[in-house]
Amino acid sequence: MHDSKDFKIPIGPQHPALKEPEGFSVALKGEKILGVDIRLGYNHRGIEKAAEERTYVQDIYLIERVCGICSHSHSTCFVQAVEEIAGLAVPNRALYIRTIIAELERIHSHLLWLGVAGHEIGFDTLLMYSWRDREVVMDILAAITGNRVNYGMNTIGGVRRDIDAQQAEDILKALTILEERTKYYIEVATQETTIIKRLSGVGVLSREDVLRLDAVGPTARASGVKRDVRADDPYAAYAELSFEVITDDHADVYGRTVVRVKELMESYKIIRQALKNLPTGLLTVRAPRKIPVGEAISRYEAPRGEDVHYVKSNGTEKPERVKIRAPTLANVQAVKHMLRDRYLADMPIVVAAIDPCFSCTDRTVALKEEDCARAKVINWQALHAFSIEWYKQQGIDFTELNKKLQDRLKG
Amino acid sequence: MRPAKMLREVLGSIFKKPATNLYPAQKLDMPDKFRGKLKFYPERCIGCKMCMRDCPTNAITINKLAENKFEAVFDLSRCIYCAQCVDSCPKKALEPTKEVELAELDKNKLRVVFRAGDTDNSIKKNDK
Repeated sequence: MHDSKDFKIPIGPQHPALKEPEGFSVALKGEKILGVDIRLGYNHRGIEKAAEERTYVQDIYLIERVCGICSHSHSTCFVQAVEEIAGLAVPNRALYIRTIIAELERIHSHLLWLGVAGHEIGFDTLLMYSWRDREVVMDILAAITGNRVNYGMNTIGGVRRDIDAQQAEDILKALTILEERTKYYIEVATQETTIIKRLSGVGVLSREDVLRLDAVGPTARASGVKRDVRADDPYAAYAELSFEVITDDHADVYGRTVVRVKELMESYKIIRQALKNLPTGLLTVRAPRKIPVGEAISRYEAPRGEDVHYVKSNGTEKPERVKIRAPTLANVQAVKHMLRDRYLADMPIVVAAIDPCFSCTDRTVALKEEDCARAKVINWQALHAFSIEWYKQQGIDFTELNKKLQDRLKG
Repeated sequence: MRPAKMLREVLGSIFKKPATNLYPAQKLDMPDKFRGKLKFYPERCIGCKMCMRDCPTNAITINKLAENKFEAVFDLSRCIYCAQCVDSCPKKALEPTKEVELAELDKNKLRVVFRAGDTDNSIKKNDK
């Protein structure tokens, strides 16, 4: 792909610039990036296969752990698909509560991203303040759901916990604090010289490229593409709530920052409406343990973009197939495009700007061909030897290090 | 554009209390409905084993000791604290508590047994 004279450096799977392990191979000429190869799969956990081995009830908690930050997104997406197959009419109150938790999750995710973005450009002051304010929403989530992450709010046919009057009041109180802080962050993002100068013109992705590469979420919206599942294909209670789809035409990392901080304001608006119009009624409908034969696709606007789950059932307690397409998979191709002809120093922030979630993304696809020369079954020792060879080809040799480690373990 | 937009906030923070707590000297109180370590009421258990069936990580085992007498064994190293067993139990024999400090150096101590006859529901640690 690249000239042999080009300098190729591996970034990751373990690298201080990456918040999650994933392999990048960057071809450089001087400091300029000629091309990036992204090697997905380092974090593959076999979640889809594990989901087939468990019952639907157990799967809710497994699928929730696809992502540590947008856990409610994944569990809601999965549960929606199962409910569609089973033909369950989820009570309105449950749909509203799902929406409220979803937006609280978006608030915590976007505040987290703002901090990470600040950190990646060396603006750690922003990291400290935005993460301090994030604690407000984390405490609220812990009080309502019983945990700071992996809320366990969903069940097939509804939600597991109610929001009572006191909690609703607590949420509104927290929103007042958060809204004031967000207004401040909008001011900071749109006025602070260091942010504007560092982020403008970095990681440019034009509107045409968004459409060509199918980017989703804030990455697409920052390039002026009005793409939001909440508005395009409303699920939960979004059809009954009014909100704006925030777009921006900067088309760079700065635009993505502006979209995210402005989206926070929309989230507050949605939660206020949902709490005001919270219908009374049941929390769950009774779901059968055996889901009838069928298949369904469910879409959900996670904080990072569109999340897609496909569930196929076979009439038993366990699903036949679960497929998860996390938003990062849709955006990661855009990163490759954004980095071309940019400087290496921009890489951390450009990668961080799509708000990547690599562990959620890593799925394997096995393409089996009878006469495929490259396909073969190897045992553990052979795989180990292959990995050592593979790293040697990348210019990384662990032999010395291994020896030292062995000696130390013996001594 | 304004340089050092956050400077005022930063300077103001010098005179504020730290946002962090002095853990473990100062402990945070968990919210009421927090999903911490589980509590088992042996006298309510009817041995239907729905909790075992629904547990995503097989962290709970119900053993029959005698007629209408059951014990629950929790493997806290496997438990993900989703509290699905609490929802699955038809007799409300399980309950989440606020207890969160569960770190142990010895893995065997993470196996917790609740038995009928433990009147105060005190936790017996398995010696195995």
